[in-house]
Amino acid sequence: MNRRVFFQRCLALAALGFAQAPRAGQQRKVLVMLELKGGNDSLNTFVPYTDRAYFDLRPTIAIPPDQVIALDDRIGLNPALAALVPAWSAGELGLVQGLGYPQPNRSHFRSIEIWDTGSASNEHLDSGWLARALAGRPSSGHAVDGIVLGGNASPLTGSGINTVVMRNIHSLLRQAGRIDSHEVTTANPALQHILAVQSAIHRAADQIRTGLRHSNPELDGFPRTQIGRHLEDAARLILANVSAPVIKVSLGGFDTHGRQRRQHDSQLRKLAGALAAFRDNMMAHRRWGDVMVMSYSEFGRRAAENGSQGTDHGTAATHLVMGGRVRGGLFGDAPALDQLDRGDLVFTTDFRRLYNSVLTDWLDLPALYPPREHPSLGFIRS
Amino acid sequence: MPMPLLLLPVLLLCQASALSMPVEQARHLALRTGFGPTPAAVRRLSFLRYADAVDQLLAPIDSAAMTTPPAFLSQTVPDWKALAGMSTPEKKSFRRQRRENGEALKVWWYREMIATRQPFVERMTLFWHGHFTSSLRKVKTPSLLYRQNTLFRRHALGSYRDLLRRVARDPAMLIYLDNQSNRKGSPNENFARELLELFTLGEGHYTERDVKEAARAFTGRKADYRNGRFTFVKRLHDPGDKTFLGHRGRFGGDEIIDILLQHPRTAEHLVGKLWIEFISPSPEPDQVRQWAGLLRDSDYQLKPLLRAMLTSDAFRSSANRGILVKSPVELVVGIHRLLNTDVVDGGAVLRSARQLGQDILDPPNVKGWPTGNDWITSASLPARIGLIERATRGWEMQPPAMGNAAAVDPLAAMTRDLDITELQSMLLAAPPLEPPEPSDTLVEQLRSLLLDPVWQLK
Repeated sequence: MNRRVFFQRCLALAALGFAQAPRAGQQRKVLVMLELKGGNDSLNTFVPYTDRAYFDLRPTIAIPPDQVIALDDRIGLNPALAALVPAWSAGELGLVQGLGYPQPNRSHFRSIEIWDTGSASNEHLDSGWLARALAGRPSSGHAVDGIVLGGNASPLTGSGINTVVMRNIHSLLRQAGRIDSHEVTTANPALQHILAVQSAIHRAADQIRTGLRHSNPELDGFPRTQIGRHLEDAARLILANVSAPVIKVSLGGFDTHGRQRRQHDSQLRKLAGALAAFRDNMMAHRRWGDVMVMSYSEFGRRAAENGSQGTDHGTAATHLVMGGRVRGGLFGDAPALDQLDRGDLVFTTDFRRLYNSVLTDWLDLPALYPPREHPSLGFIRS
Repeated sequence: MPMPLLLLPVLLLCQASALSMPVEQARHLALRTGFGPTPAAVRRLSFLRYADAVDQLLAPIDSAAMTTPPAFLSQTVPDWKALAGMSTPEKKSFRRQRRENGEALKVWWYREMIATRQPFVERMTLFWHGHFTSSLRKVKTPSLLYRQNTLFRRHALGSYRDLLRRVARDPAMLIYLDNQSNRKGSPNENFARELLELFTLGEGHYTERDVKEAARAFTGRKADYRNGRFTFVKRLHDPGDKTFLGHRGRFGGDEIIDILLQHPRTAEHLVGKLWIEFISPSPEPDQVRQWAGLLRDSDYQLKPLLRAMLTSDAFRSSANRGILVKSPVELVVGIHRLLNTDVVDGGAVLRSARQLGQDILDPPNVKGWPTGNDWITSASLPARIGLIERATRGWEMQPPAMGNAAAVDPLAAMTRDLDITELQSMLLAAPPLEPPEPSDTLVEQLRSLLLDPVWQLK
């Protein structure tokens, strides 16, 4: 059955229940978190194509300067990201440079934990940074605070918020019927967890069904890749006014230790195609101004290539922010390629500044970190 | 030989008093060390004294798998550099065959776990696979993963020192962690990093310099592309002086491992992981340190450690029952063992477990799979219950295991000798959230126990 027919059937079924029109002003702003799994090599993504050092450091894997899509006289896009050019030209694509933190960790698990929990390098926190930021705010109408399409719900994991993890909308709605609700208290922490998950599934499915009843938008042109499908589902959820403030998607394949060009360029191409389709569709439905995409990854990669035409785990990286109200351009400072720290880029922007900016300027929430140490980057147009 | 009538009452009396441990304890032991108990297994255990039951689990093992390995293994390991010389259709055909062999290998391991008479050995084999991860996706040649699996099974309850040394020579591992590219003058740190971070010390107990120096020590160790065997290429090895964890010398890989095994953190790290696997999500630091000392004192022989853990108060405590989550493999294998069904559609079995988040021989990353509550998400919980639903519905669609002449409904067979209360105490780690409906048939009540969320726990 194709997806449109499926959703029409959901509408028909839902009509049997009581109607609930979306309240006025319920169209809130949405943050789409985009995790690039494995440690994205941002030097080959946002290329310092006029820096001689870049070519010296990467004799075989540097992007040839004539292939780079110049954004200004110092930074260009890997040609695989051509689909993002319209967003750049419209001034809706921002690049936040040199993101990292002191005492960088080069282990996948520890570093993604640092980014996901928003901790310092020597701190161990139990909850996701978004979970802490979202908990305790007035949740009227929010049965679901975070929706995770795919895996790694860590930034949204914590007490006080409801996060739903789903493979896709179709799968959640189809399977929600299997679960019964149990009203039980128990001291067993594993059982508590199961009960909480069951409740969350119920609430999410209810909210999504209600939202879909009032909207079955025409969505078009999303590539048939996993990231394309994730972003299509994200678009559908946003347009159905399922009012979760955060939706998270992810794309893997960025841990490019060997023969990087083919693998990395391919993933970037998929990414750009999906993001471009997402932007086009949100614009067609006049909701692009309510949406902001933010990428992140556990670390960047070493400045020099390794002996296998790839790169090893590194430190600082540039990430993108993109949205109808994002102020396009470059933010922060590009780490100097001639001032490496034992082969690694030195960070210039603490990632907690990125987080604070997103929280205060976009989600209208209090900052998580002292604003004086981590002031806003100012990439949202007021 | 006919039983003299006089002896019969005596024997019956012995039978009654031979119940040597409470059923709840036997069930807990079976649940935690196996794939989900069958009432028969729990009953057998309950006739033993607890210490004897543990000894039986740790008895000398048959280190070979009992089921027939997949046929493709009898073929020689292809020279994978030959791939480069093939035509495009030949390459396509070669890759397809390799993929199919990989699936066959996974299905074989499921068959082994379902059929085994030593479930604890298979549980430990699975544990080592999650600890010393390698993936078919990266290693590509299934026979190498098979040999690695055999290594884990042979040393499942043996010596961690032996296991570590052999893993550091295992072709699948060397490929998985890029040691093929680790050579003098151009080191690749991947293997050394994971050796320190995952296999021994754990994060925070070594420096980047230690990683770099260890990497140098492991240069030259490779999988031979011609036959998939371990080879040491002397000209690629960096024999120079290395400084590692404060020691200095012309270390090779074995010396690095020796130094790591001398470090107290190695045993503590491993004991912590075993605690999380078998006891609870929160290891107690003092007890971990004590058991780590025990492991070191027995020169890393695992049996004394495992005996201490399984007979400990922490393991046996009723506060620690039902608080661990069955992994997808345990769920899938467990339901097959409970219902005494064979693997008919291997693809379906693999898909089920994949959908629940565990694709054996293909862990998502170097750290292996999640543990505990992380297995249960809003995506996986409905799928887990759906798996049980499908398995317990339409018994006539699942033929019985080999050797069962009559197609008997296994649920009915279980309910023949035991009432629902006994079944509940033998199968569930805790009372069900929804008690079975007394007006239902016994088989339906049993089914409701298996569909209860508590069945997901151990």
